[in-house]
Amino acid sequence: MSTAAPVLHGESPKAPPSYLQAGHTIKSWLLTGDHKRIAVLYLISVSIFFFFGSLAASMIRVELVSPRGVMLESDTYNKVFTAHGIIMIFFFLIPAIPAVLGNFLLPIMIGARDLAFPRLNLLSWYLYVAGGLCGVLAIAFGGVDTGWTFYTPYSSMYSNTNVALTIIGAFIAGFSSIATGINFIVTVHKMRAPGMTWFRLPLMVWGSYATSLIIVLGTPVVAITLLLVVMERVFHIGVFSPELGGDPVLFQHLFWFYSHPAVYIMILPAMGVINEVITCFTRKRIFGYHFIAFSSLAIAGLGFLVWGHHMFVSSQSMYQGMVFSLLSYLVAVPSAIKVFNWTATIHKGSVRFQTPFLYVLGFIGLFVVGGLTGLFLAAMSIDVHLTDTYFVVAHFHYVMVGGTIMGFLAGLHFWWPKFFGRMYPDSWGKLSALIIFVGFNLTFLPQFVLGYLGMPRRYHYYYFAPEFQFWHIASTAGASILAVGFLIPAVYLLWSLKYGAPAGPNPWGAKGLEWTIPSPPPTTNFLETPVVREEPYAYDAEAEEREEQAKEPTRA
Amino acid sequence: MNFPLMPDQASNFARPYDALFFVLTALTILFTVLVGALVLYFAVRYRKGSRVDRSGAVESHLGLEITWTAIPLLLGLVMFWWAAKLYVDTRQPPKDAMEIFVIGKQWMWHLQHSNGVRENNELHVPVGVPIRLTMISQDVIHSFFVPQFRIKQDVLPGRYTQQWFVATKPGKYNLFCAEYCGTQHSEMGGYIYAMPPQEFQKWLASGGDKKRPNQPTMADLGKALYDRLACANCHGPQDTERGPSLYGLYGAKRRMTDGTVVEADASYIRESIKNPYAKINEGYQNTMPEYRELTEEDLLNLLAYIRTLGTAKAPGPVLGNAGPAQIGGANR
Amino acid sequence: MKTEALHAAHQTEEQPLHHQFEEVSQQNESYVVGMWVFLVTEIMFFGGMFLAYVLYRWRYPEAWYEAHTRLDVAMGTTNTVVLLTSSLTMALAVHFAQLRNKRMHMAMLGTTIALACVFLVIKAFEWSAKFHHGLVPGPGFLWDGTVPMPQAQLFYSLYFGMTGLHALHVIIGILVIGTLALLTFLDHPLVKNDFIPTELVGLYWHFVDIVWIFLFPLFYLIPK
Repeated sequence: MSTAAPVLHGESPKAPPSYLQAGHTIKSWLLTGDHKRIAVLYLISVSIFFFFGSLAASMIRVELVSPRGVMLESDTYNKVFTAHGIIMIFFFLIPAIPAVLGNFLLPIMIGARDLAFPRLNLLSWYLYVAGGLCGVLAIAFGGVDTGWTFYTPYSSMYSNTNVALTIIGAFIAGFSSIATGINFIVTVHKMRAPGMTWFRLPLMVWGSYATSLIIVLGTPVVAITLLLVVMERVFHIGVFSPELGGDPVLFQHLFWFYSHPAVYIMILPAMGVINEVITCFTRKRIFGYHFIAFSSLAIAGLGFLVWGHHMFVSSQSMYQGMVFSLLSYLVAVPSAIKVFNWTATIHKGSVRFQTPFLYVLGFIGLFVVGGLTGLFLAAMSIDVHLTDTYFVVAHFHYVMVGGTIMGFLAGLHFWWPKFFGRMYPDSWGKLSALIIFVGFNLTFLPQFVLGYLGMPRRYHYYYFAPEFQFWHIASTAGASILAVGFLIPAVYLLWSLKYGAPAGPNPWGAKGLEWTIPSPPPTTNFLETPVVREEPYAYDAEAEEREEQAKEPTRA
Repeated sequence: MNFPLMPDQASNFARPYDALFFVLTALTILFTVLVGALVLYFAVRYRKGSRVDRSGAVESHLGLEITWTAIPLLLGLVMFWWAAKLYVDTRQPPKDAMEIFVIGKQWMWHLQHSNGVRENNELHVPVGVPIRLTMISQDVIHSFFVPQFRIKQDVLPGRYTQQWFVATKPGKYNLFCAEYCGTQHSEMGGYIYAMPPQEFQKWLASGGDKKRPNQPTMADLGKALYDRLACANCHGPQDTERGPSLYGLYGAKRRMTDGTVVEADASYIRESIKNPYAKINEGYQNTMPEYRELTEEDLLNLLAYIRTLGTAKAPGPVLGNAGPAQIGGANR
Repeated sequence: MKTEALHAAHQTEEQPLHHQFEEVSQQNESYVVGMWVFLVTEIMFFGGMFLAYVLYRWRYPEAWYEAHTRLDVAMGTTNTVVLLTSSLTMALAVHFAQLRNKRMHMAMLGTTIALACVFLVIKAFEWSAKFHHGLVPGPGFLWDGTVPMPQAQLFYSLYFGMTGLHALHVIIGILVIGTLALLTFLDHPLVKNDFIPTELVGLYWHFVDIVWIFLFPLFYLIPK
């Protein structure tokens, strides 16, 4: 929180206080209904979880520089990679963009005072924290070693670790997610300002809406599935146990029914962010608005039909496999449509290479690689060799880090001045973006090779194949660079809260309702309910360039 | 320093696999470069302040949208079809494949040759001969993975899974467990030794690495168990009122009490022994006891013995015998 | 919606408008849509177990038939009637809330709770009979039927899992309806002059009832 109230351009001295100033007690934060404060609470919590998830990642990469490990026992290593997966997926990637950026921006982007259900929103955050605490408790009691996928019968009958407690944590966090999803769906349907028709919505809203549809349909299924694992462990109610005639592969079907759409929960909001940033930094209307909007819905829908591509070697029939493989190729098409539309958006724009845009460039490059390598895995016979190897690990890190995290950072750097009324130093931002891009590629590109060579996932030792070591060392080197890249923004962003230049309502000259209100906004967002008459992204690159050049006619 | 880029090509699947893999890699690089170059080119050309023509920018173009929808879709369908075709090959073992049996457990692999030779964490196979692995787990889900053969299949508790390959060149190849299974998941590895056929025959006949020739074959052990459990009391050379004959059973089709026709493959036979109530032959009642104490090894031995009954002449009519052993895939 | 007409007819005070909304109609519709979306998540939640049930019943039809013969159809049927009646009383509670008839509103809420308790009591009798006969899955499972014990245990795993999850929802329902009744009694601002909370609770309660309408025939009425 800033100590000096930022200058609110053009506001009278009697302007309402910003949401950060409206109440300074702990109670005013912990019992808030304000979606913007809840977004900040989430920002703090997801950052903490990201930090611990990254610590786990560093331990993994350190262990893997040597075929016989470095300092951990196998049991501990197994717990560390499980913690990395659970923390990063359930406590960072799934909530981050919706709960931080979505919470803050969704009501403002549609011209509303708050979400439909502010108290439910606060409950979301408390559920998230409670789930996280369960997870922390599980780690304190010795951790869990099943992998974030909890495959039966290992998780239900064989593991001697804190499976039930961890699952309870994930279960509670799932309801946090569901509550947010319900809130967003009702908000988008019911709280749009006059004139804000569906096709005038910023595409970030479309992305958040599609994400919320997936959340409400998918999350309950994994919730009950994980609950069944707990019931099997604790009450011997065994539906996955082969000794009872149950089917351990049934777990996989139920688990992946959510966990595949979950990856679209992670990427659709990031894609939403890209739309907002790319239009502002190219000063152009988005190319193919309708196609991008509908492609989000297509991804949400088709995403529920492809879960079996995680199970090509699980013993499902080849006919089942063929259906899933075909649909997996179909679900790739809407993402391709988005990438081409973004490329066309840049054409004839007026491009500014500031930090948010650098993250957009990084996103496009890395997401394309991640998405295309997914097509290797969608090909049935190719997947036979690559599944459960580092190829898969590389693929999903390209889409989740190269995609989701780059999108999150793009959004964070774009809307930071709106959140806090302060600008961060852009040169540090650009430097970090570059370091992250280089570090990321060095970490994960070698892992494609490792996977193709046959290095399996979740392996502590690889002394059967010491020739893998070269690529592991390269990967760990990259990881250390990546770690630095992630640490720097933490420093300058926090620094900016106290020392950054005050930002006005619209430091980027962007379109969108959020840029018409002060930075940081007042609690009720708008003094008067806006009436929307404009199409979204009403930029005009050509006109802007002409104006710029008219000012300096002698410039070459 | 040693930095390999691809695994050895040591099976019949490796070449076709790598061909498809490299096409996918080429397409990936192509589209990454295409998009990357376009994005960077546009971003630099149209950077703020550059004096280029920005007039006539459009916001939408149906033709473009259709083109860049249709082309990826078409390419995707081609890749799908090519990969699916190759996959079907990997799931259809030849009828005369040599049978090897695999039992996975925390944290090692037991492998059994039909003639009785056993191996732990190692498998010797002849080059040029189709090998079919019938696999099961004693505890959790494992996965049998040989990168140089480009094969992998999960190994499940409670049911058999299968995969097949032909080793195409002699050598020593990695065997990995590829489904996380607990503490020593990464130590549950070993080697496949592919040997020229004559060498393999010698190795096999001399009793394998343990050099114990003339061991009882799996079928011998199966018969001993069959006799000990007195299976013949109900399952004689001909169908009796107590039980159907098992002669010619393996691979035959039988009709169940609910009218469905089932192929008597390895999984069916295993289930019939452990869980006979699940499928009852037409004309019979649920009178067969469950043999739940048998180990997976026992069950494989019984299976091997019952298969030999398929080649013995069946004196008298047998219900539903469809003829010679048709190897059924447990993957279907 | 009938509500506008009712408002016009019986309105003496305004229904309170929450700060994030512009109009009462927007507010009411938002809450109702929100509750429906939540019920969709509940359908997906139960759906996982229904799927497991369908799969295993398809695989082991004889075991399913025989295992279910140990269930008490009379108690199950009684419970079905009890729950259906409670849905009726809940619907009446909503009706009286709309009419702002506090006495009848609370009476109907109370009746609903009473019927829900009856449901739970009957369920408790059913379950304790199962415990007594050793039909609880786990090491203590006793089975003397003709189908193999593992599959009977599978049936009872799903029986206890699904009726247990349902019973949990009934308990939660009782607590929520009880809270609603208390708040109504106290004229608490959350519910005063606002029938929507009752309508939302009503929707939840009807859902709980519908789940039982599916559970009952699936477990108690399996044909040979």
